[in-house]
Amino acid sequence: MEKILVGLKRVVDYNVRVRVKGDGSGVETEGVKMSINPFDEIALEEALRIKERGEATEIVLVSIGGGEAQQQLRTGLAMGADRAILVETAEMPDPLSCARALLEIVNRENPELVIVGKQAIDNDNAQTGPMLAALWGRPQATFASKLEFSGNSVRVTREVDAGLDVIEVDLPAVITADLRLNEPRYVKLPDIMKAKKKPLDQVPLADLSIADSPVIAETVFEPPAARERGIMVDDVAGLVGALKDKGLL
Amino acid sequence: MAKVLLIAEHDGESLNPSTAKCVACAADIAAADIDVAVFAESAASIAAEAASLESVSRVICSENAAYRGGLAAVLAPQIVALAGDYDYVLGPSTTFGKDLVPRVAALLGVNQISDIMSVEGERTFKRPIYAGNAVVTVEAPAGVPLVATIRTASYRPVGTGNSAPVETLEMSADVPDHTRFIASETGKSDRPDLQSAARVVAGGRGQTGRIIAPDLYIAIGISGAIQHLTGIKDAGTIVAINKDEEAPIFEVADIGLVGDLFNVVPELTDAVD
Repeated sequence: MEKILVGLKRVVDYNVRVRVKGDGSGVETEGVKMSINPFDEIALEEALRIKERGEATEIVLVSIGGGEAQQQLRTGLAMGADRAILVETAEMPDPLSCARALLEIVNRENPELVIVGKQAIDNDNAQTGPMLAALWGRPQATFASKLEFSGNSVRVTREVDAGLDVIEVDLPAVITADLRLNEPRYVKLPDIMKAKKKPLDQVPLADLSIADSPVIAETVFEPPAARERGIMVDDVAGLVGALKDKGLL
Repeated sequence: MAKVLLIAEHDGESLNPSTAKCVACAADIAAADIDVAVFAESAASIAAEAASLESVSRVICSENAAYRGGLAAVLAPQIVALAGDYDYVLGPSTTFGKDLVPRVAALLGVNQISDIMSVEGERTFKRPIYAGNAVVTVEAPAGVPLVATIRTASYRPVGTGNSAPVETLEMSADVPDHTRFIASETGKSDRPDLQSAARVVAGGRGQTGRIIAPDLYIAIGISGAIQHLTGIKDAGTIVAINKDEEAPIFEVADIGLVGDLFNVVPELTDAVD
């Protein structure tokens, strides 16, 4: 295959304990560590492995967000992607608008495969991949844990609640990466230096002239209901006793 | 009246418990008139189960060999063909619904509300974000179909005893051939369905992006990354076994035991046997 497009979203790092702002207007993102959405990192790792096996020629990254998302794209380039596109917008668009913007990039780039994470760990919407596939009129294979290419199709093992499903989709297609697809590589320092020279194009979202979407408004943010403080037991006998008290043994 | 189309989840033979939980959510919408749609190779017994659920007005079923495996690319156009008659199109926030419902929403040209955890008004809902570290109230715009998935861990299934009418529908949209179901390894896998398991014992990598709500959850040697903690908060009882007494998992545990899993687990299995 000629080209794989990988979607990367800049999100609050998964190790950060997110706090809701006191006035309920959002969550605190000032000064917190930001990273590539972990599932997108897995998507990129899979694309790199496909290329390293000689089954793809070029890996193009795409992100939607502010100028600061260049950091995550540079990290992706350091991991091994060939070039990157930032669809620039000050306000993060809704998922349908993201899918429409990605479709515009897909129409410009004509990739045979798009891989994105199964969900972003900030809004947890899990919508962009299937929405892009729908708008593109192409197959989707969500929650992928294994890919096997053969001719113009790919056999995808999907992690579903009841176990594993296997489906086959014709290319071009959209795949969303689940946790067990692979373990992403670490970036090496020389690669970070090399990545600075790789092309990173910036395209204003407004230039893509996508249609307006009916937006779902987010009105009030609040912390989740707290669980009651539990008990500590000293040993296995204490644990067994506590489980028996609750009728669980 | 608020007309609701709920997409049933099933394994080809019987209804998944997620459907009865989604009916409970849909019934919280004021004046909801709930139709359940069953797309299956052979729908009769699944439709009968759906018709027995309280609060269901009608079951619509459509039979076709192409529905095997519940492929989103096959089902979404069929649902879109039905959606014109409805104010709400709902599905479970299981892997089935998460795969299918966004495809429906995009074809309808609307955004989707993911993981409804409570109904606050006709078009106002609460949903978790940041793996449940925050809850956001969302308002869907009027005048367009409201498409959403329902977080099944937030609802108890409705009862049975109803006998809603069952209607059969001819398929109206084309079936794409670019997506083919090959096999389900669910029966052969020794991995249980975590969404419906009553007891879950977990170890190893903790971040899955999944939310589960078993009666008993035992976390062994999992320190508790933020993502993990929030994915299990709906469990009835959480037990944490970890050698690090500072491990975040103890913050959410109902019962905590500080100890090395290689000593504790053999002792525990002996004690339980």
